[in-house]
Amino acid sequence: MIGELFASGEWLPFAFAFLIGLSMLLYAILDGYDLGVGLLSRFARGPERDRMIGSIGPFWDANETWLVLGVGLLLVAFPKAHGDILTHLYLPVAVMILGLIFRGVSFDFRKKVPAEQQDRWNRAFFWGSLVVAVSQGYMVGRFMTGFQEGAASQVFAVFFGALVTAGYVLMGACWLVLKTEDALQRRAVGWARIALWSMVAGAILSSAAAPFVATRIYDRMFAFPEITLLLAMPLASITLTLIMHFLLGALPLPGDRLAWMPLSLSVLIFVLGFVGLVYSFYPYIIPGRLRIVEAAASPDSLRIILWGAAVVMPVLAGYTALAYRIFAGKAHDLSYD
Amino acid sequence: MDPFILSRIQFAANITFHILFPTITIALGWLLLFFKLRFQVTRDERWMDLYFFFTKIFALSFSLGVVSGVTMSFQFGTNWPGFMNTVGNIAGPLLAYEVLTAFFLEATFLGVMLFGFRRVKPWMHTGATVLVAAGTTLSAFWILALNSWMHTPAGFKMVDGVAHAVDWQAIIFNPSMPYRLVHTLLASGLTVAFLAAGLLAYRRLKGDRSPAVSSGLRCALTLGAVLIPLQIIAGDLHGVNTREYQPQKLAAMDALWETQRGAPLTLFALPDMEARTNHHAIEIPKLGSLIITRDPDGEVRGLNEFKGEHPPVAPVFWSFRVMVGTGMAMLAAAWTGAWWLWRRGTLPDWFLRGLVAMTFSGWVATVAGWYVTEIGRQPWLVQGVLKARDAVAAVPGEHVGLTLVAYLVVYAVLLTAFVASLFYLARKESARLAVREASS
Repeated sequence: MIGELFASGEWLPFAFAFLIGLSMLLYAILDGYDLGVGLLSRFARGPERDRMIGSIGPFWDANETWLVLGVGLLLVAFPKAHGDILTHLYLPVAVMILGLIFRGVSFDFRKKVPAEQQDRWNRAFFWGSLVVAVSQGYMVGRFMTGFQEGAASQVFAVFFGALVTAGYVLMGACWLVLKTEDALQRRAVGWARIALWSMVAGAILSSAAAPFVATRIYDRMFAFPEITLLLAMPLASITLTLIMHFLLGALPLPGDRLAWMPLSLSVLIFVLGFVGLVYSFYPYIIPGRLRIVEAAASPDSLRIILWGAAVVMPVLAGYTALAYRIFAGKAHDLSYD
Repeated sequence: MDPFILSRIQFAANITFHILFPTITIALGWLLLFFKLRFQVTRDERWMDLYFFFTKIFALSFSLGVVSGVTMSFQFGTNWPGFMNTVGNIAGPLLAYEVLTAFFLEATFLGVMLFGFRRVKPWMHTGATVLVAAGTTLSAFWILALNSWMHTPAGFKMVDGVAHAVDWQAIIFNPSMPYRLVHTLLASGLTVAFLAAGLLAYRRLKGDRSPAVSSGLRCALTLGAVLIPLQIIAGDLHGVNTREYQPQKLAAMDALWETQRGAPLTLFALPDMEARTNHHAIEIPKLGSLIITRDPDGEVRGLNEFKGEHPPVAPVFWSFRVMVGTGMAMLAAAWTGAWWLWRRGTLPDWFLRGLVAMTFSGWVATVAGWYVTEIGRQPWLVQGVLKARDAVAAVPGEHVGLTLVAYLVVYAVLLTAFVASLFYLARKESARLAVREASS
């Protein structure tokens, strides 16, 4: 039976749904910490800003590529879903793109323009990061309700925007805890604490709004007997959040011990949240509108992409690891020479 | 306004803005590698000076190329869902392969190339430069394979109105692909040659006498002088290929209404779509046929054979003349400049000013060339398979209009900032070298 499934290619859409989910998750984590640092750059004092931006400089470009891959795979594997999602989100997508444009180019412009103009690009960097974070969260919120109309679902989406923004700030702050030292590191610990509890507030608000807008998700989450199993996830998240809270209270430790841990914990919390979200609408690719199997492209084309992905992904993972190793350790100000 | 027209303007605006930057980075990556290798062979500091100066320009161009490219990847879905619904089985894998094989490669190693100079071994830094240059070129390969397929589709069959791949080799190496790839890569080389020549001429005019400027100018002008004749040959062959596969585009480029033997070459005309004729035409008899068919009495097909199925004539006709005219100016400038430098070693000030004026001539020619080929494909999005009008999204016109205005404003701001930054960086580099000179 499994052989039959493989020969017929019916498994392909699910493989692609998995790859898209993986790309989006990697994007949210990797560009999440970049965007978080961008948001925190507003609160930098003096030379701290260069140090903060230096910590993400070698990585941000490749991080953003995961978004292109995720959206690209959606486009390729599920053209119907891609068209439906993006035409529904026409304006927020445009807003996000403008944010991405300003965030991306400010990186380069801020150090390549006359001194008196640098502040302009620093501001563009912050506002670009903010617009991207909020609009991405808002879009996930819209998506979760299947683009339902009405005030309640808009409020839900706005809560979600706040939640995602707080999550990005948390990861950005944890990244800085890992990559910086001294005063800046101590401030990053403080930022992480604020972001952690803002995220908890965002999660509570979104959860409270969920039953009013997405009854199907709600039913799914609270169905018996799955709930017993599902309860493990929020419990794990709460545990992780508490560990994080106490850990942040103790950092930085002598010898910089455990500086890596906040980032790892925040990534774990993000992964848990993401898996929970996906579970709530699987096997739909657009909640309540389109199932994965209904939306897939021709198996022949999917097969050829999957072959390519299977060959390229390990190489990609290899050189990404190499880049992180080259720039391991505490961040310094960036320079080309 | 009609959302269809607005969507077309929006896509045209995005792709016009986007192409400016890959056109720089594709060839500039290889030029950087050349500077780096020259340094490793000669150990002469001037090559490293050139390397670091143009690295800054590369980084800036790269980030503008990335952000405008991301915009395009979203616009397929937001504005043109019919494109992927109809030909997604072909376009999808080509785009996916671009992201997988090229995007990640260049993005990851760009970090090493830009910021890793003191962190990795010299061979590894050179290796990163090679991979970045190879990545940008590979990216061009996939994109041009797809773009060419939209002009000369091959290797597929239609089932229930959806294209399915039959032969991937035929899809990738479709009839116009080799010509378009070579033509575009050469265009990138010329764009960089004139960009470099313009910026270095500017520095020389500002009093920078450093050896980096002299050697850089010599490289840039020699590069331009070598590439421009190759480009003329490549363009000519591309035109012959177009005659075979898209005769209506060729007829629009020449504003030729009636099929005829011994067709003239029209130097100037005001094509009139209503009356289906040209006004105030200045023509050279038989030259058109000679260029296209290699025979002064060869037959060239006219627009009237394709009524209702051919592109708007004036934009194609004029874009083509802008491209060729710019190419001719490049030929004159590159050959004169190279001859002077190799013979006398210096360039007169008026000529340097001319080079500064031509800093972005590569952009003009490249964009004009893209307009010829893309407008020349209309009303088709994929020649003979899908019309542009059938691919557009059902998004309200106000939304498209609103975002169009936002994009245009942002692009204008960024383009101004980009051009201003290049000349600012040039002044700053000259000042830095002057300080170093004085202190040694």
